[in-house]
Amino acid sequence: MGRAHEDRMRAASVNETSTSLLATPTTGHGLSTIDMLESEAIHIIREVVAEFERPVLLFSGGKDSVVVLHLAAKAFWPAKVPFSLLHVDTGHNFPEVLDFRDETVARLGLRLTVASVQDYIDDGRLRERADGTRNPLQTLPLLDAIAAGRHDAVFGGARRDEDKARAKERVLSLRDEFGQWNPRNQRPELWNLYNGRHTVGQHLRAFPISNWTELDVWRYIERENIELAPLYYAHDREVFQRDGMWRAVTPVSLPTEREAVETRTVRYRTVGDMSCTGAVESDAADVAAVVREVTVSTLTERGATRADDRISDAAMEDRKKDGYF
Amino acid sequence: MAVLTRESTVGTLLRFATAGSVDDGKSTLVGRLLHDSKSILADQLEAVTRTSTERGFGGTGGGIDFALLTDGLRAEREQGITIDVAYRYFATAQRSFILADCPGHVQYTRNMVTGATTADAVVMLIDARKGVLEQTRRHLSVVHQLRVPHVIIAVNKIDLLDYSERAFDHVADAVRVVTAQLGLDDVHVLPTSALLGDNIVDRSPNMPWYDGPSLLELLETLPSTDDLESGQEDFRMPVQLVIRPQGALASGIDDPDAFRDYRGYGGQISSGRVSVGDRVTVSHNGLSTVVTGIDFAGSELTTAAAPQSVALRLRDDFDIARGATIAAEGTLPGPTKNVTASLFWLDDRALLPGARVLVKFGTATIQAIVLEITGRRNLDTLELQPADRLDVNDIGQARVRLSAALPVELFAHNRRGGAFLIINPSDGATLAAGTILERNDE
Repeated sequence: MGRAHEDRMRAASVNETSTSLLATPTTGHGLSTIDMLESEAIHIIREVVAEFERPVLLFSGGKDSVVVLHLAAKAFWPAKVPFSLLHVDTGHNFPEVLDFRDETVARLGLRLTVASVQDYIDDGRLRERADGTRNPLQTLPLLDAIAAGRHDAVFGGARRDEDKARAKERVLSLRDEFGQWNPRNQRPELWNLYNGRHTVGQHLRAFPISNWTELDVWRYIERENIELAPLYYAHDREVFQRDGMWRAVTPVSLPTEREAVETRTVRYRTVGDMSCTGAVESDAADVAAVVREVTVSTLTERGATRADDRISDAAMEDRKKDGYF
Repeated sequence: MAVLTRESTVGTLLRFATAGSVDDGKSTLVGRLLHDSKSILADQLEAVTRTSTERGFGGTGGGIDFALLTDGLRAEREQGITIDVAYRYFATAQRSFILADCPGHVQYTRNMVTGATTADAVVMLIDARKGVLEQTRRHLSVVHQLRVPHVIIAVNKIDLLDYSERAFDHVADAVRVVTAQLGLDDVHVLPTSALLGDNIVDRSPNMPWYDGPSLLELLETLPSTDDLESGQEDFRMPVQLVIRPQGALASGIDDPDAFRDYRGYGGQISSGRVSVGDRVTVSHNGLSTVVTGIDFAGSELTTAAAPQSVALRLRDDFDIARGATIAAEGTLPGPTKNVTASLFWLDDRALLPGARVLVKFGTATIQAIVLEITGRRNLDTLELQPADRLDVNDIGQARVRLSAALPVELFAHNRRGGAFLIINPSDGATLAAGTILERNDE
């Protein structure tokens, strides 16, 4: 992406936002769903920044973390976003998403720390799994990075509608020194009074867009003109079919002899690890088309695109208990 | 009873919670609501159907155990119980919904309170064959004490009573006796069969004698808490933080001098409405000033209302920090250190008189001492009885002394201004939800 593109993104973040807000009702009566969710998310982000010493935002360049970053920019305008970013790179991330990640960080003038799963594998602290998926391997580098950065709060873009276990997650989720989630002993969350108290060694995970659905996220991206990595929109790609999903031909997801490679028009609904993220056939080339597509989709986001969550009913719950997001 | 026209709720959000006893069909109702409003997607339905079949679930539910949709944890699915509040999201062409699915048995107060504090409406199930039970009374009492704006009573399993109007009237009359006793004024009672789908999404052809709306139609037209209150309550905004760029400007602002002296008070409006030019009072020092700007991420608003998150600019540079409340001039009660409060006790460790705790009001967290426990509500008779401790799931009253004077408000007058958390100062656990009943000014 060139200079002109960056300029367009900068323009979008200032002018387009202002324009779109003119259409927003300014009364409590009839405030739209998106306005309510946006206001709630900004409140949560500000509470965490006010009550914690060293918050950090997990930023992968995926749409949910991009939306959280956009909300943070709005929460503190005209001041700069007052925290840094952290990404746990599995080594299997889509290159175009990493490019987008770096461009965004540079444009906003923020600081990004990258924790690399590949480094951990190379020096023997982690071992590659037999099935090749690296999602479960993210937890150790994440916890190390949280400890090294002495972060007491970690923002994430997780949403409750993504998964049954996440449906039970709190907006502010207390983790022990091992990063573990204890779903049977969570703090009740009352009114909009968030309790961020914690003791030495504990930290909190904060999920400002807990209450957003996939469709809310896309409607917000449309309204706010938020730029995303290009693979969220329809494009031609060499793919092959596995587990009922279109998988890209990449160094970490190669077809077997029986899996025929063909070129299809696809897009990604989620952009996780290349080794386990599937594309969906789609001709939705712009945000309006994606909103229309998501509105009528008969599959959930993860059901359509994540091979790792198909391992069992409790795959996400088990990863979360071990300190995953 | 408040209901809006369909035109006025298009695209808006309603938060509601479910409540009911074990086996009254709550999971079935939630499943039916999601299923019939086409909110369950194919892969979710397939997973639930597969698990239902594996477990040998069959019978009249069409082979689907709807509880599997909301019971998200391994232990819940294995034990067939619901441990914690689960949140579900669905939308119709009319409106978006956030459903807090609150388990009905163990720790019911804890879960009910959690769900009810953010709910615009509570949907409560009553088994038509059993009528009003003690638990119904308890739930309604919690709903009343937490001022949930709307109550919907689904008199369920009416199919088992041959869709009898007389049976429904019998239960509905008993419900109205209880709601009248409590003083609940926005109560909707309707006959349903969650299992068969009567009056859940579509109006039932089996009960021509009932000409009211279905459950979903009701949910689509009830005004939200903020819709009801923003025009009625006085303006309040607890200050979360002060926004001062001091050279660290947001990207896109090219002129480094543009916001040199900018000072915006960031917060979420908790009640009422504010406009540029309004006179306001700041709680910390009692001084008055004028709102000179309402900023929202680069755009200036002329007016804003609860629950919008904004940044206010004021004419005078007072020393205003997190914990202060900015309010419409002359409307904020004076600060007080002594209050009597209702406490919904949520922790396994009991509350004893003399306990030293933290309390969080709005954005202010301060120390406090529980001076005296003045009573515990008998959840069957709803009477307040003498008590010297509160245990988990108890609802009681206590006199509390705050370490600093705060402009707390009666919960009956202002929800946000009269609500607080009690926090354990050593481990940070949330011990109780509190609502202010009286200010005991010295």
